[in-house]
Amino acid sequence: MTHIAKPKFHHPSLPKNKLGLTHRDYEGVVSTLCAGCGHDSVSAAIIDACFRSDIEAHRIAKVSGIGCSSKTTNYFLRQAHGFNSVHGRMPSVATGANLANNSLTYIGVSGDGDTASIGLGQFCHAIRRRLNMVYIVENNGTYGLTKGQFSATNDRNSKGRTGKENPYPAIDLCSLAVQLGAGFVGRGFSGDKEQLVPLIQAALKYRGFALIDVISPCVTFNNHAASTKSFDYVRDHNDVMDRLDIVPHREEITAEYEEGSTVDVTLHDGSQVTLSKIAKDYDPTDAESVLPMLHAERNGGAIATGLLYIDPEEQDLHELMHTSVTPLNSHTHDLLCPGNETLAGINAAHR
Amino acid sequence: MSMEATDVTDPEYFHKVVDCQWACPAHTPVPEYIRLIAQRRYTDAFMINWESNVFPGILGRTCDRPCEPACRRTRVEDKPVAICRLKRVASDYRGDISDRLPKIPTHKNGRHIALVGAGPASLTVVRDLLPLGYECTIIEKAPKGGGLMCTNIPEFRLPVKVLDEEVNRVLDLGAYSRFNEEITSLADLLNEDFDAVFIGSGAPRGKDLSLPGRSEASANIHIGTDFLGSVAFGHTEEIGRRVVVIGGGNTAMDCCRTARRIGGKNVFVTVRSPRSDMKASEWEIDDTEREGIPILDNHNPVEFVLTDGKLSAVVFEKMQAEYDASGKRTLKPTGEPPVVIECDDVLMAIGQENSFPWIERDLGVDFDDHGMPVVDSQTFQSTRPGVFFGGDAAWGPENIIWAVAHGHQAAISIDLHLRDEDLRKRPSPLTNLVSTKMGIHEWAYDNEISNDKRYVVPHTALDDALASLSVEVELGYDERLALAEAKRCLNCDIQTVFEGPRCIECDACTDICPVDCINFTANSEETDLRSRLRVPAENLEQALYVSDALKTGRVMVKDEDVCLHCGLCAERCPTGAWDMQQFFYQETGAQKPQVHAIAE
Ligand SMILES: Cc1cc2nc3c(=O)[nH]c(=O)nc-3n(C[C@H](O)[C@H](O)[C@H](O)COP(=O)(O)OP(=O)(O)OC[C@H]3O[C@@H](n4cnc5c(N)ncnc54)[C@H](O)[C@@H]3O)c2cc1C
Ligand SMILES: Cc1ncc(C[n+]2csc(CCOP(=O)(O)OP(=O)(O)O)c2C)c(N)n1
Ligand code: SF4
Ligand code: SF4
Ligand code: SF4
Ligand SMILES: [Mg+2]
Repeated sequence: MTHIAKPKFHHPSLPKNKLGLTHRDYEGVVSTLCAGCGHDSVSAAIIDACFRSDIEAHRIAKVSGIGCSSKTTNYFLRQAHGFNSVHGRMPSVATGANLANNSLTYIGVSGDGDTASIGLGQFCHAIRRRLNMVYIVENNGTYGLTKGQFSATNDRNSKGRTGKENPYPAIDLCSLAVQLGAGFVGRGFSGDKEQLVPLIQAALKYRGFALIDVISPCVTFNNHAASTKSFDYVRDHNDVMDRLDIVPHREEITAEYEEGSTVDVTLHDGSQVTLSKIAKDYDPTDAESVLPMLHAERNGGAIATGLLYIDPEEQDLHELMHTSVTPLNSHTHDLLCPGNETLAGINAAHR
Repeated sequence: MSMEATDVTDPEYFHKVVDCQWACPAHTPVPEYIRLIAQRRYTDAFMINWESNVFPGILGRTCDRPCEPACRRTRVEDKPVAICRLKRVASDYRGDISDRLPKIPTHKNGRHIALVGAGPASLTVVRDLLPLGYECTIIEKAPKGGGLMCTNIPEFRLPVKVLDEEVNRVLDLGAYSRFNEEITSLADLLNEDFDAVFIGSGAPRGKDLSLPGRSEASANIHIGTDFLGSVAFGHTEEIGRRVVVIGGGNTAMDCCRTARRIGGKNVFVTVRSPRSDMKASEWEIDDTEREGIPILDNHNPVEFVLTDGKLSAVVFEKMQAEYDASGKRTLKPTGEPPVVIECDDVLMAIGQENSFPWIERDLGVDFDDHGMPVVDSQTFQSTRPGVFFGGDAAWGPENIIWAVAHGHQAAISIDLHLRDEDLRKRPSPLTNLVSTKMGIHEWAYDNEISNDKRYVVPHTALDDALASLSVEVELGYDERLALAEAKRCLNCDIQTVFEGPRCIECDACTDICPVDCINFTANSEETDLRSRLRVPAENLEQALYVSDALKTGRVMVKDEDVCLHCGLCAERCPTGAWDMQQFFYQETGAQKPQVHAIAE
């Protein structure tokens, strides 16, 4: 790890966003991950996406589990709220927090071990419940923090660093999420921020469960020639499905697209997301056509990236449960604690 | 058309990244001596300076410091590192250097050089040529050496002890001095049978203004440089109570401050131009104002008034600057009523000029229409082989560090000339590039960036300073301040060296770089490339470092402009594609004859 603090000086002509902040104002502490880890690039992409989206960092809550990936919530948005929970349990903590305070934006960061192994059940139920959050999986096909065991997303044909074979097929988190009803499913690559940053920006705007599966190479344990999650392999097999363009609401749409090549989606806040599709015979708003596409891509050895599926109509957990949209911390004491008489009434109703 | 990959084996590429060293006329290895100061190796820091600029103690107090405006710190923070005053630190705290001075051969090479004037230019030539076995004779009309550094720079800025020590260090290497001797004929000097002549006679004539009343009031109107010389040698010990200084350059600042110390109570500086256009250095203006001397700008003198046959006032018209479309300035009278400033003495400090009445025009030494010698800008040779010029004598008034730089080059030429070699074959600089890597995240330099603002040099209390001509105004940094100031240096000579074939394009360096200078992008022509960087590279003075095409077909492009040399890119790179390498660059001076290898 680097021994010096990151210098405070920044480029004198660094652009500022609408809040008058530079991207450096969205940083966290200096990373302690291995030099070159893909996860650090994902942190940089989150920083850039929040900066570009003019988000106030203190209106964000970062939640994570355990793993190199889960450590990274410390490396961005130093002013945000945060909870680094236990292994695979980030979705529960996020659910509780979200129910108590609906006004914050929730960014969950997890790993493929944290999500697809120990936390798979939690992951599935968070999706099922339409929890309003951005769920980022930093997917390196390995348990980085515990020194390189195969994870459940590691492809069957992807060998370990020492040549060890992997007998099990991979869980495809994107297919699973579409199947479980996630309203926003994307895949990115830590080595392509041009694609990843707008994906995160769109996810931040989306109300409902947004999954971004980011292939994020582990330079130490899974970046060798026989790995399918290495920089070289991902670059060679990356099949970009679409490019994203986000136009915040109230701004005029000026970009011109070729007829039939784009899909426009209006988000809950009125922002417009334009997907320029790159010659693929599927409709990103139709789950029935997305699943076979993902299946075919996987069987063909390709890694489909981009915004793979979006359902702008889906409701979120609060809407489904009719729970308080006012954050609990903004209610008066009387309302939160209505007294013995009310409690007695509730109890009586259950007798 | 895409940009060519940068050739970092060309020493000029990294040299230019070291902004201060690049800007220094003598190319002093600045960051190297500042690091040595930070390690409290003052004697080593002094020697680095002495080799490059000959007068570290003098320059550490008086240099015009072209390095400072160039300092990278001005582009990322505010004020430059106090490069000049740190030079003084090296001089103040150094130990004995007698055993580090060059050994002068006892067997001379039989060639003898005459030098006219004992200013910094001539002294540099002597310093460079004596170790090669040349004999050198300096002829100077003043009673001692130093040139204007001795006669014009006031003692409160440059103590005589410091001056004498550094001048004598050169003379004591074994030069012959003929002081108190004015050369009145170059022809005669050439007849003395020297093998080469170096003319370092400076720009000795202070300019005058012919205005009504000038000749009638001449008893109380003094040419600034003559006045300063006269004060330096103790011939002038006092001046009137009310003094008007005319001029806005450094000479004017020295004149008014000197006047203030020898009887001037109401001293005014008057300048024709707006204050922002004044020629004096910012720090000299500050020091002047700190001593309570008002500077009146836009005042153009039009007449000297006499009362009872004696100077009693100067009349000024008020001016204003007007700029045309191309930004060219003209000064125009405002038409306001004239300003009359009563005074007892006037000091005229409106510039100096060259004059060579002692050089006959039939010797083959050509002069141009302005009366200036025709001098080759690379070799410093005049149109007569064997006669060289340097310092203020060559192209008009400059400063000490330029005189030193000229001296080095002239010495090279004299040596080449006397060895019958081509004067255009300049020796290449001495360069070296070595990794500073000591461990995973350990470097041979301190890569932590100091956020401190520039430290102010402590001054003598104003009353004490004004009480005497010889009390030095600046006290210099104490050790604590010196070390803190040294830490502000960004180590611009520790270069970021990129090895493309190792790079896996993981973006770690781009992400960590605090100043967003590293990019991985498609190559294109320079203007387009500059506009497409993370932060567009708008400072065209600063180079782009471009790699060969990488695996993805993109190139690495680094904008050198505001790199902090913090080494974080190299610390975060998983493959060692970045390395922090110390670049050493030293100008080569006049050399011992090369011993040619015998062909086998
Ligand atoms: C008031 C004043 C303040 C200055 N302050 C600074 C400063 O703070 N920092 C800075 O960098 N520069 C300063 N300068 C400029 C600097 O002093 C000169 O640029 C520098 O000294 C030039 O060096 P030189 O070797 O060319 O000649 P000079 O220093 O001018 O020396 C020339 C010598 O030649 C002698 N000489 C001339 N003609 C003859 C002859 N015919 N026979 C014998 N001897 C002769 C002169 O007596 C003189 O000693 C200042 C100049 C002035 C006038
Ligand atoms: C309950 C529990 N079981 C096991 C562990 C050990 N453990 C720590 S991190 C980790 C795997 C992390 O893998 P992943 O989520 O992919 O993160 P990465 O380090 O690869 O980014 C495991 C098994 C633990 N911390 N807690
Ligand atoms: S072990 Fe792998 S995942 Fe963990 S920090 Fe290192 S490179 Fe990143
Ligand atoms: S040394 Fe490297 S990380 Fe530091 S400022 Fe320069 S390029 Fe950026
Ligand atoms: S950190 Fe090293 S390997 Fe990664 S992109 Fe930069 S130079 Fe290349
Ligand atoms: Mg993992």
